[in-house]
Amino acid sequence: MITQQEFMIVSVLLFCIGLFIIVSKKNAIQILIGIELMLNAAILNLVAFGKFDRANNGGQVFALFAIVLAAATTAVALAIILNVYRRYKTINPDKINQLKD
Amino acid sequence: MTMVKILFYVMAFVTLGSALVVAAGKNLVRSIFMFFVTLFGLAGLYVLALADFVAVTQVVIYVGGILVLILFAFMLSGKEALDKIEEQSSKFISLKNAPALFLAALFVVIMLNVVFKAQVDSLPWIKVAVETHNVMPVDGTAINEIGVNLMTRYLLPFEVISILLMVALIGAAHLSRREGANQT
Repeated sequence: MITQQEFMIVSVLLFCIGLFIIVSKKNAIQILIGIELMLNAAILNLVAFGKFDRANNGGQVFALFAIVLAAATTAVALAIILNVYRRYKTINPDKINQLKD
Repeated sequence: MTMVKILFYVMAFVTLGSALVVAAGKNLVRSIFMFFVTLFGLAGLYVLALADFVAVTQVVIYVGGILVLILFAFMLSGKEALDKIEEQSSKFISLKNAPALFLAALFVVIMLNVVFKAQVDSLPWIKVAVETHNVMPVDGTAINEIGVNLMTRYLLPFEVISILLMVALIGAAHLSRREGANQT
């Protein structure tokens, strides 16, 4: 039997790896990957605790919703990244520092 | 040490290891494909948490949808972005990465403390759930109840999220339109 604590430890480590990627990387796409890792860590928690909710399936259903939300977020974020690349010819977030061109 | 536990450790190792490679790698394409492995490992963890439907959805949406989108955005953003990345220092521990490493390490310490202090295995509501046999069955019949619950109890969030998905898709299509196309 796998305990909840083990799931939570895996999820904590995954969350912190995502945090590291977001802070250290210089590329918008890699930052997006870091955000996805953090979202996945949260979803892992939802799923792990959803095991104890057979009647209502709260955890699993909201894990599904979170996955769909992540898909929507990624679609919009990638469209924005492509637009930024077209305008500035770079996707380094440090270099994008003006509101109008 | 049962088989399930061994599988859990293997999956956790694959997930965390590939996530670390994503964090350390300097090649963007390689890190995207390692992210692929991370997502598969996570799907395995979901199966071990008795959520097979969520695992299949994870594989379909993340691996089939999001990853292909990311690859597309990467390919479309050109070669220059690639070259920029090569300049970036590849070492995991360097002075430039020190703040990020420090922040992440602090978060690990704090959150692990919280997890150990909270004693999540003996929460009251989990004990009640175990006593009343409210735990997911191991024989895959839970998928039935997910379908019923999705159409009854969670119908409002389901509809709201469908509208949000439509809005997001229209927004993404509008944003990625070429400039000057709106004059026609």
